[in-house]
Amino acid sequence: MSAAGKLPRWAELALLPLINLVVALLLSGVVVRLLGESPWTAFKLLASGAIGSQEGIGYTLYYATNFMFTGLAVAVAYHAGLFNIGGEGQAYIGGLGSGLVALWLGDRAPFLVVLPLAILAGAAFGAAWALIPAWLQARCGSHIVITTIMFNFIAASLMTYLLVNVLIKPGQQSPESREFGANAFMPAAHEVLARVGVTFTASPLNLAFVLAVAAAALVWVLVWRTRWGYALRVAGQNQAAAVYAGISPPRIIVQAMLLSGALAGCLGLNELLGSQHRILIDFPGGAGFVGIAVALMGRNHPVGIFASAVLFGALAQGGSQLSFDLPKINRDMVVVIQGLVILFCGALENVFRAPLAGLFSRFGPADAKDAG
Amino acid sequence: MSVERPSPTPSAAPAPSLELRAIDKRFGSVHANRAISFSVARGSVHGLVGENGAGKSTLMNIVYGFHRADSGEIWVNGRRVDVGSPQDAIAAGIGMVHQHFMLVENFTVLENVILGVEGGRLLAGGLARARTELEKLARDYALDVPLDTVVSELPVGLQQRVEILKALYRRAEILILDEPTAVLTPQEADALFQMLRRLRDEGKSVVLVTHKLREIMAITDRVTVMRQGAVVGEVATATTSPRELAEKMVGRAVLLRVEKTPAHPGETLLAVRDLEVRDRLGVVRVKGVSFAVRAGEIVGIAGVSGNGQSELLEALAGIRFPTRGSIMLQQHDLVREHLGPRERRALGLAHVPEDRLRLGVVASFSAEDNAILGYHDRADCNRGGLLNRAAIRTACAGKMAAHDVRPPLPGLRLSAFSGGNQQKLVLAREIDVDPRVLLIGQPTRGVDIGAIEFIHRKLIALRDAGKALLIVSVELDEILGLADRILVMNGGEIVGEVAREQATEETLGLMMAGVKGEGAA
Amino acid sequence: MELYTLIVLTLAATMRVATPLLLAAIAGMFSERSGVVDLGLEGKMLGAAFAAAAVSAATGSAWAGLGAGIGVSVLLALVIAFATVTQRGNQVVAAMAVNIMVAGLGPTLALAWFNLGGQTPQLDGPGQRFTALVWPGADAAGQHPFPGLLYAQLLSGHNLLVYVAAALVPLSAWVLFRTRFGLRLRAVGENPSAVDTAGISVTGLRYQAIVISGVLCGVAGTYLSTAASAGFTRDMTAGKGYLALAALIFGKWKPYPTLGACLLFAFTDALASRLQGVDLPVVGVIPVQAILALPYVLTVLLLAGFVGKAVAPAAIGVPYAKEK
Repeated sequence: MSAAGKLPRWAELALLPLINLVVALLLSGVVVRLLGESPWTAFKLLASGAIGSQEGIGYTLYYATNFMFTGLAVAVAYHAGLFNIGGEGQAYIGGLGSGLVALWLGDRAPFLVVLPLAILAGAAFGAAWALIPAWLQARCGSHIVITTIMFNFIAASLMTYLLVNVLIKPGQQSPESREFGANAFMPAAHEVLARVGVTFTASPLNLAFVLAVAAAALVWVLVWRTRWGYALRVAGQNQAAAVYAGISPPRIIVQAMLLSGALAGCLGLNELLGSQHRILIDFPGGAGFVGIAVALMGRNHPVGIFASAVLFGALAQGGSQLSFDLPKINRDMVVVIQGLVILFCGALENVFRAPLAGLFSRFGPADAKDAG
Repeated sequence: MSVERPSPTPSAAPAPSLELRAIDKRFGSVHANRAISFSVARGSVHGLVGENGAGKSTLMNIVYGFHRADSGEIWVNGRRVDVGSPQDAIAAGIGMVHQHFMLVENFTVLENVILGVEGGRLLAGGLARARTELEKLARDYALDVPLDTVVSELPVGLQQRVEILKALYRRAEILILDEPTAVLTPQEADALFQMLRRLRDEGKSVVLVTHKLREIMAITDRVTVMRQGAVVGEVATATTSPRELAEKMVGRAVLLRVEKTPAHPGETLLAVRDLEVRDRLGVVRVKGVSFAVRAGEIVGIAGVSGNGQSELLEALAGIRFPTRGSIMLQQHDLVREHLGPRERRALGLAHVPEDRLRLGVVASFSAEDNAILGYHDRADCNRGGLLNRAAIRTACAGKMAAHDVRPPLPGLRLSAFSGGNQQKLVLAREIDVDPRVLLIGQPTRGVDIGAIEFIHRKLIALRDAGKALLIVSVELDEILGLADRILVMNGGEIVGEVAREQATEETLGLMMAGVKGEGAA
Repeated sequence: MELYTLIVLTLAATMRVATPLLLAAIAGMFSERSGVVDLGLEGKMLGAAFAAAAVSAATGSAWAGLGAGIGVSVLLALVIAFATVTQRGNQVVAAMAVNIMVAGLGPTLALAWFNLGGQTPQLDGPGQRFTALVWPGADAAGQHPFPGLLYAQLLSGHNLLVYVAAALVPLSAWVLFRTRFGLRLRAVGENPSAVDTAGISVTGLRYQAIVISGVLCGVAGTYLSTAASAGFTRDMTAGKGYLALAALIFGKWKPYPTLGACLLFAFTDALASRLQGVDLPVVGVIPVQAILALPYVLTVLLLAGFVGKAVAPAAIGVPYAKEK
């Protein structure tokens, strides 16, 4: 039993996740076969749906934007040693914040006023929704996994209530708000590109994508380049050492969860202001859970999260293509694949590490460190 | 477990109780055991000594079936046995008392003893039978333990007895004890040795794994010395000396005593009055302790671990808050002003914690990131709101050079350094800020002899530079070697204060056991 | 009189609502006592609910459904066991992976096999569901308020799985505290090294515990889709697995207190259902969403108030690895 399989950095960061991903996809293929469809056809449809057209690429990046926000949310909490499963609820409530600003100011203030306020409101609402689980965790170390899950359910009930009873557009059946004023619409990518003379097929891809990339950069600087990020990582790795160093773990827990909730809360910028232009039932659509997969696959690093968010965006877009073209497959298949990816990239990540390390030590640079 | 042909040892001599032949074991690139062979005669106490990391524990874990050797053979009573699991070891009559007790804390003594040998699917019958047998064992070996007490409520000395009872209840003929005296007072250790002698006289064999040469000299019949995974000598104890053993262990001549001049204490830098510290459950761990540490002296706190020293140290460092009393440092009452570790550092209080890996470092961080732990807020680590990476790296390289940390690579993960080098890095971090008062817990725990010398010399140099040092150690030798003044703790109280010149192991040992010394605070 | 009947009926509803919670909580007790966090209760139950409904729909036998439910749940449990015990992966991540995967897989397979938009067919054939067992004389006794109504509503009139769940409480207490297996199980969750050095396989014990959890979750899931309702619907567990886990935590990982916690949850739920649409003094009509959210809010409140005092098995959540 060789416990410490050491891999080269590139293999640890890229090759191993890739292998795990491929295995998860192969198993997904088995499921497709079980459903009575051809995995190869399904894969081709998926790929062409995701990246086969400008529209597909637009949709892929549009979904990726959601996943970047929720993936970063999971990662920030992770570095503080916390498992935030509440991204879904935080995104839902955060979206409410952005949506309310959009409803309020969308037809009476310029976009440049609406945007910062919508960002602030989304982040603040998302952070607020993370605050109670965070505070409970900080105060008595209570089970943040369970409390954040409970807050997902509570958020769902609250939003249903608000949409059905308060925000619903009068004289309408489906629980949706009225449409935002046009000043609250995120500029769409194809419009912006058209202005500079590039033709791009219409898609919901919008400015929020740029905001998500900026958020990734911000997270990187905060976590790896500031003293606060240092304190965060110390507290996440070793609470006792944090106390020794004069860092207060409860304070870090609350701060990290606030940031985490704020990041998840920004999802509404993309989903509501960028695409739906109204508040509607269940708009996060599971993106909070996808964030877990994205963060695990991306090794909780912003660069990795960007890459895996794009990958999951492609999966989401390709998956909806799949459910159009193959009658026996619906969009739930994408959830299955997400679950498998979490399983293989997260819980089973060690399965291939040891064999891979074995291969590297056999064929890699000579193992000269014999003397103890 | 498979049994093979009898051993080919010459017919006249009885087969050894335990014999290891060419045991070899690697963990990845670490060669933990290199072709180890030795044998333990029936009815003898065999010592196994070596520095931390010499491979003693690995070897004993192989004998006990915790790890499997890559190659080599284990023979018990002239028969080869295949020990693939602790189950096999137990069946072969091997029992082991681990350094960290293998007890279920919230179980009673009785439940702990029968775990794994319950004698049936239902507990009731097995418990009754075990009770009878344990009462007999306790009589035979003078091993009295309250059978229905929950283990966590027993003092460590009794917990150790439970471990020995577990082995005897499983009919162990060969008893391995891994560093058994680490948690005992000298007197308790003597009692343990007394019991081991009785076991030996009953025909059982004992393997004593230790790094304390005094114990080897006191009780063993033969001793095997290990260094860097290999056996470097095996001798009859009567024919050797501590110095010879130490040199074998380290591979060169060593100083067993630290050389230092008398102290010249100056003004009081740290004054503690009537300090009371409670643990999380509200139990009083430190009971109204008062003392002072002056510039230019080393005050040592001796005591068996678990008598409040750790809590005292953590209260001084600001990790725990006392429930009563005062700590004066630079005209500040740290307790009344509720100052935390950060503020205390700013007042010139540095702290090398007892349990390095738990408190003092983040094992997954690089050396340079560890070298700023606790000081990451300071101006020299930051520039324009961001961490100053270049400065942090340069400063770490400087510390590594000054303290002989090897390898001198600031970017290397801390867990890749040896215990001694980790400790030197922590020491470097805490000394480099030029503190006035230095708290040091277990300065050389898990550190090899070469680094021990280096660290001891550093500490004495700091004293001579006018710092006030407070050292907590469970190693009496270390306290006697370093301290100018010795405080002894027992049950949360300081039960005695002795100047180094008046201190002997016996007097300190008695105080550690709770007998108040003269001049008690 | 009217109030009395209402109370008895609410208590009867409490028992029915408590059943899947209790089954899942006791399932979690075995897993967590062995040192493995059991967030996978949700996914195992949901998987079992789907399998039971699908097989019962296909074969016409609720018993075949039960078998399938248990089988699928155990299979999922083994996936978690392999990931967390053999591969020493993160227990929370493994469980969430299974939960998410099952949440997708149920509707996916249901669509492909039954083509009903992610549900299984309505179970209305004879023997397709576990239906209420009426005890001798219950109908007649129900005419008399006391004690007849209690007998008719509380003792009689439940399906088999409710009684199974009730019997499970003393049974699991006996296993946990009176048998060799129970002793070892409690030990491995507190100090796996002690178990290992005593010559007992930590891996073996944890697998057994996780499989037991799988079996009981299988029963719980089967109850949801073939007893409490007549078929599988998307996300039909609706967080019951997590609620069960919370109940286990209040119950301090002990069978009887856990039963109490499950009954408390179930009673709130049953009471809230009764209050739906009722115009109450002072508060008026409570919105249906508030009623739906009540168990989750209650969980958070109870966790906030109590958990500080509950002491979890010491080794929970930590994969066991031998030290070098």
